[in-house]
Amino acid sequence: MTLLSVRGLTVRHGNAVVVDGVDFDVAPGEALGIVGESGSGKTQTALALLGLTPGSADVSGSIRLDGQELVGATEPVLDAVRATRIAMVFQDPLQALNPYLRIGAQLGHVLEAHGLSTGRETGERVVAMLDAVGLPDPARQVLAWPHELSGGMRQRVMIAAALIAEPAILVADEPTTALDVTVQAQILALLDRLRRDTALLLITHDLGVVAGQCERVLVMDRGRVAETGATRDVFGAPSANATRALLDAVPRLDAPGPAARDAPGLLAAEGLSVRYRARRGKALAAVKSADLELKEGETLAIVGESGSGKSTLARAILGLVSPAAGTVVYAGQALARDLVDRAGTTRRDLQLVFQDPAASLDPQMRVSSIVGEPRAIAGNPATAGEITAALADVGLDTTFLDRYAHQLSGGQAQRVAIARALIARPTVLVCDEAVAALDGTVRTTVLALLREIQARTGLAILFIAHDLAVVRQIAHRVAVMYLGEIVELAPGNELFERPRHPYTRALLDAVPPPPGEAGRPAVLPGEVPSPLSPPPGCVFHPRCRYAEDGCRAEAPARRAAGNSSVACRRAEELDLARGRA
Amino acid sequence: MSLPRYVLRRVLGAVPTLLLVVVLAFVLVRAAPGGPFDEERALPADVRANIEAAYHLDEPMWQQFLRYAGGLLRGDLGPSYRRHGESVNDLIADAFPLSAALGLLAMAAALLVGIGVGAVAALGRDGWRDRVSMTFALTGISIPVFVVAPALILVFAVQLGWLPAGWSGARGAGAWILPVTALALPQIAYIARLTRASLIDVLASPFIRAARAQGLGMGRVVRRHALKPALLPVLSYLGPALAGILTGSVVVEQIFGIPGIGQAFVRGALDRDYTLVLGVVILYATLIIGLNLLVDILYGAIDPRVRHR
Repeated sequence: MTLLSVRGLTVRHGNAVVVDGVDFDVAPGEALGIVGESGSGKTQTALALLGLTPGSADVSGSIRLDGQELVGATEPVLDAVRATRIAMVFQDPLQALNPYLRIGAQLGHVLEAHGLSTGRETGERVVAMLDAVGLPDPARQVLAWPHELSGGMRQRVMIAAALIAEPAILVADEPTTALDVTVQAQILALLDRLRRDTALLLITHDLGVVAGQCERVLVMDRGRVAETGATRDVFGAPSANATRALLDAVPRLDAPGPAARDAPGLLAAEGLSVRYRARRGKALAAVKSADLELKEGETLAIVGESGSGKSTLARAILGLVSPAAGTVVYAGQALARDLVDRAGTTRRDLQLVFQDPAASLDPQMRVSSIVGEPRAIAGNPATAGEITAALADVGLDTTFLDRYAHQLSGGQAQRVAIARALIARPTVLVCDEAVAALDGTVRTTVLALLREIQARTGLAILFIAHDLAVVRQIAHRVAVMYLGEIVELAPGNELFERPRHPYTRALLDAVPPPPGEAGRPAVLPGEVPSPLSPPPGCVFHPRCRYAEDGCRAEAPARRAAGNSSVACRRAEELDLARGRA
Repeated sequence: MSLPRYVLRRVLGAVPTLLLVVVLAFVLVRAAPGGPFDEERALPADVRANIEAAYHLDEPMWQQFLRYAGGLLRGDLGPSYRRHGESVNDLIADAFPLSAALGLLAMAAALLVGIGVGAVAALGRDGWRDRVSMTFALTGISIPVFVVAPALILVFAVQLGWLPAGWSGARGAGAWILPVTALALPQIAYIARLTRASLIDVLASPFIRAARAQGLGMGRVVRRHALKPALLPVLSYLGPALAGILTGSVVVEQIFGIPGIGQAFVRGALDRDYTLVLGVVILYATLIIGLNLLVDILYGAIDPRVRHR
């Protein structure tokens, strides 16, 4: 018996065929994963299932839900099916909720549009649904605005909206991609718990997520089905090249990274604190007295969830935000707090690469001007030969010189951003989530490029990231931040194999196991507390399974042991080498 | 910060703006050639000196200004220089209700028709409804009031004879139609374009797609999800719209012979009736400042992310 039967599904945008003859079936209650790189057509497939492809798109083939044909169905017919038979959860909960409506109203509309309930009953069902997705205090939260909720809570609300009309199948398009790894583990567990008899179509680029959730998987490549089968078989013995390429690009948390190396210090933060002014005269401590030293030629990663202060710390080091206390020492000299007060040579020595390559390149400028700009600003314009050489260093040839940013792919744009940062011959490169927006295979090549440049020029890299497996690949040493504090700092291999802070352990356990291996991400309960009212004592104690009275009373200082340091009272007695208990 | 405190702060913040308006108007109106008592035939020197002394026009300008500002603080806009025995307060009080009614009707028509036309155009994007509405809107923006008003009179009053051409004599509802239309037309056109662009923008947002995925249907999606955010730019435009209607009313009242503020203003300006001109300028400035404050408060009520502090 099949619930959903798709045959020869084809989606055309003008001349471009983005989905090309896709076939698959979903049985009631079954979970099917669709994986592929961006542009492989997986999202377009999902949108076609709900009749939501853009008006200009041409959809052909057959989509049968309970025997009812949806391709070519009229809007009223589709409206009757949406939410009640087939529902969808979108990638970005920040944008998929209407910012001008209270969340209770957004859920209530679904029930009322389908005539499932009215008046008081609607309110009761909405509260019950919000309670089921784990929203704390749901009776009050129905009146909350979307912007008042954290990303994880917003995604819970989206899931509530998708499930409230009790659909037979839930289509989830990258439901956890915009979320932190610990929140991702929570949401995946929630989906599992709630859907029970509901079938799941999980669309993602993250093979680890699919491996843990879905019995069957379908691999898409350039609009076609490259391979399909039981998840274990497909990931265990892939038959298609596309599958192998995807698997090869999965960074592994358990593969040893570069060994820590001994070198003189180059750039240090000493007691660096950043505070923001918040409402009612309160101060928000974004970074609390951070100590950190980047050595010559090494890659030091700063990891942590959103709101941990990792980007703010990097910005304070660069002088982009003014610290409230502490100093930045570069090559033995204390630097001015603000970038504008720093000497030109120092400014050129410290360069930055941003997360979103498309947004960090001026759309009005050609690649040659973009890459040459730091030198032009320095009053020492680069010659055509130097610009060509800078592009060649990042693997781009001269055909790119006259292009604009929109004519570049994501990977190419990030290479241009790196070339721009490197043409000033910096000694330190700060990468703020520089590979987070890139596809697996592209990410692998950009990471390889960074390593190659480092080996060749002795560049020191401060690598801000939330993806722990990526960090393991590239970092010599890793600092873990939580709520503005560095809780652990250790050589990469040591930190990943023998974490000493319970938070580091929880972060590692929340990462889905590599595809083809058994196990599920472990859930760290709760959310990161508001930095406006941090918990007393150790900031992590409310979520720590090892917390005892002393942890609530007194904040532990970060103590050094060997070449690592950890801020945990119980670090000596705890053995955290084994995870996923 | 609480809303009352926010309003108080904004009202206090408007004082310097208003003061600047008063000073500029005070100086500029005196900088214009001629004065309130210049006639075709020059007055005898002693008569002229007497009149100027009576109105304190012989004092240095700063002294005149302090005297005027003192009156303002007591809510006194001074005596009219040209209409003997009448105060500017009285003149404005007589003319304001008519102008206010005209302006409010024009504003209401502009919002109702403008938003309606814009929404129809956005929902039928690139179809014939869209093309017709936007051609109409572009025409409305391009043709100035002083062309539209006589053209309306020519067609509907003179040739078709459906509606009265002027104000005097006919006081029924019919007399309002042409002046309100002439005044509202450019605003209808602008608001229609604004609504169309904004609604198209909002309809492309991810939260609209999410609402459609919930089977809400286009009607519900527009009413429940899209309309509120789509109207924010229209709300922001209310201040400039009022300014447009005020300037338009100067022309429209003149053409239709409506004894409102606009007409009083034109006469005051031509007569160099300094106090009358100043009084109207201050009234207009206060109205525009007040409406902008109201818009900002409404903005906070519609967009929960905007909280006033």
